[in-house]
Amino acid sequence: MRVLRDLLRDYRFAVSFTVLCLLLIMAILSAFSPYDPTFWWHAARDLRPSWTHFLGTSAKGQDIFWQATYAVRNSLIISVIAGTVSRVIAVLVGMVAGYRGRLTDRVLMFISDSFLVMPLFLIIVLLAMLVRERMNLVNLGLLLAFFGWAWDARVIRSQILSLREREFTLTAVLSGTKTMKLVMKEYLPFAAPLIFSTLINNMAWAIGMEITLAILGLSNMDIPTLGTMLQWAISYQALLLGQWWWLLTPVVLAIFLFIALYWLSVSISEYLDPRTRIQRVGAK
Amino acid sequence: MAFVKRYLIPRLISFVLVIFLGVTAVFFIPRFTPSDPVQRTIAQLQSQGSYLDPGSMDSMIEDLREMYGLEGSMLQQYGAFWRRVFTGDFGVSFFQFPTPVIELIRTSLPWTAGLLLWATLLSWTLGNLIGGLAGYFSRNRWSRALDTVAMIIRPMPYYIFALMLLILFAYVVRLFPIAGGTDIGRRAALSWAFVSDVLRHAFLPALSMVVLGTAITFQTMKLIVQNVNAEDFVQYAKLGGVKERRIVSRYVIRNAMLPQITNLALALGQILSGALITEIVFSYPGLGTLLFNAIVTGDYNLIMGITAMSILAITTAILVIDLVYPLFDPRVRLM
Repeated sequence: MRVLRDLLRDYRFAVSFTVLCLLLIMAILSAFSPYDPTFWWHAARDLRPSWTHFLGTSAKGQDIFWQATYAVRNSLIISVIAGTVSRVIAVLVGMVAGYRGRLTDRVLMFISDSFLVMPLFLIIVLLAMLVRERMNLVNLGLLLAFFGWAWDARVIRSQILSLREREFTLTAVLSGTKTMKLVMKEYLPFAAPLIFSTLINNMAWAIGMEITLAILGLSNMDIPTLGTMLQWAISYQALLLGQWWWLLTPVVLAIFLFIALYWLSVSISEYLDPRTRIQRVGAK
Repeated sequence: MAFVKRYLIPRLISFVLVIFLGVTAVFFIPRFTPSDPVQRTIAQLQSQGSYLDPGSMDSMIEDLREMYGLEGSMLQQYGAFWRRVFTGDFGVSFFQFPTPVIELIRTSLPWTAGLLLWATLLSWTLGNLIGGLAGYFSRNRWSRALDTVAMIIRPMPYYIFALMLLILFAYVVRLFPIAGGTDIGRRAALSWAFVSDVLRHAFLPALSMVVLGTAITFQTMKLIVQNVNAEDFVQYAKLGGVKERRIVSRYVIRNAMLPQITNLALALGQILSGALITEIVFSYPGLGTLLFNAIVTGDYNLIMGITAMSILAITTAILVIDLVYPLFDPRVRLM
């Protein structure tokens, strides 16, 4: 609790925490939606925001507020799948490469380097084209996870490299600790904050990629996400018809989500790094 | 020659290997597609109502297979693909039949290179300049204000940011054209009218890329400079009475630039991905739009052509930066 209180003193954490809580509540609200998000024409079309339709309705005859609750929920699901799965890969690769060193390290780092240099986005687009028919939340999350680990594996590896040189590693090895136990019990707690902040960044990346793929028409347009919502609004010319409530809802939600995730990661990593923490929270 | 052995050779090896892996990926990914481009072409022709008798159908399938490089075993196709990469002959495009792929690339490349390259270099330079100053004077109020601005701009996904600029400056306030590379029907000529038209159309896409890119470079550079600034040798130089200009330019910036040069290489690597989104938002007639059309119409020759060429170009650019790097960092040179 004290950690939370300290963190809340940073305005960025307070803002992003509140925004994320609100978005989370919105995502949970989707369970109580009176409408099925895949159905069209369950309300009158093109209504301006009013008391019955909180954020108006779209040209597809859908209530935008309830549609948005599904969109936030699904975008978050994709990002959590992509984030966690790619974290597992990044942690494994980073730790093994950092701890084993030598040839293992070189091979693993070569693989992650080629992931960094190749125009990955193009390859994701090509792959998304192939699985377009079978695209759903889980597949999209896994596809993004497969390409989102390379940079973070490098970051985790360099952390492990420096931990390996510390005295306690030597003590542990000499007193007969097994490699697995050493890595899990001694290294993981050190690397955890780093892993957490890369997780948040990766989630933001995944949401952005989802939006981009939806704009390119490469995701399943029947599943409401922030990307597909935006894409429907654009393909129905919501901008030219002056239906700002339809276009702005996904745009504003996405901006809030991105800024909140970014500020959260920045303020947590500053808090965890004691040198900057003293300036921010005040020494105790 | 420790330098050659420890710096040059590993980089050349990874250059060759990355090209090899990239081109191999470009070759294999479309071949795992469930849809056969030849069948699709024929189905498309038939749906347009053209009648084909079985004899000409067979010869047409034959021709199409040759055109798409689908003859022979997988291994032979693979070999043929490499020959295509090196000769730059990717066959003809289907979506703009019968223009050769290389011709289409040649007409769109100047647009992308003109826009993206400049935007990347400009945002890199600006970000480093402002970031360096803000990092050195990190206690000043304007430095903190800039930091807050960067904190807000930085996390925005490019697509959303570009869309907002487009809505604001082309739709709400009609300052700039909403789409295209020039006015419709304007011919390329070396006149002021043409140049200003191109610049007017390029302004918004360039602005969107430069603002976001600058924010990112700014933040990294500011952080690096702050760290270098805290190093002992800088403190020592200050105590020793070295002029501040000299400390900034020769001691701080010069050290802080090194990681930024590597970052420039990485930013160049993302150029084509950037082009795809930028050019779609602003309907700009470059490689990104071409690639998008190729994807939508399933034009395999064109997709493989653009992707393979861009992998070649980008890895070469990164290699060049890697080779220039020792000029800036004597430690590598004297290794």
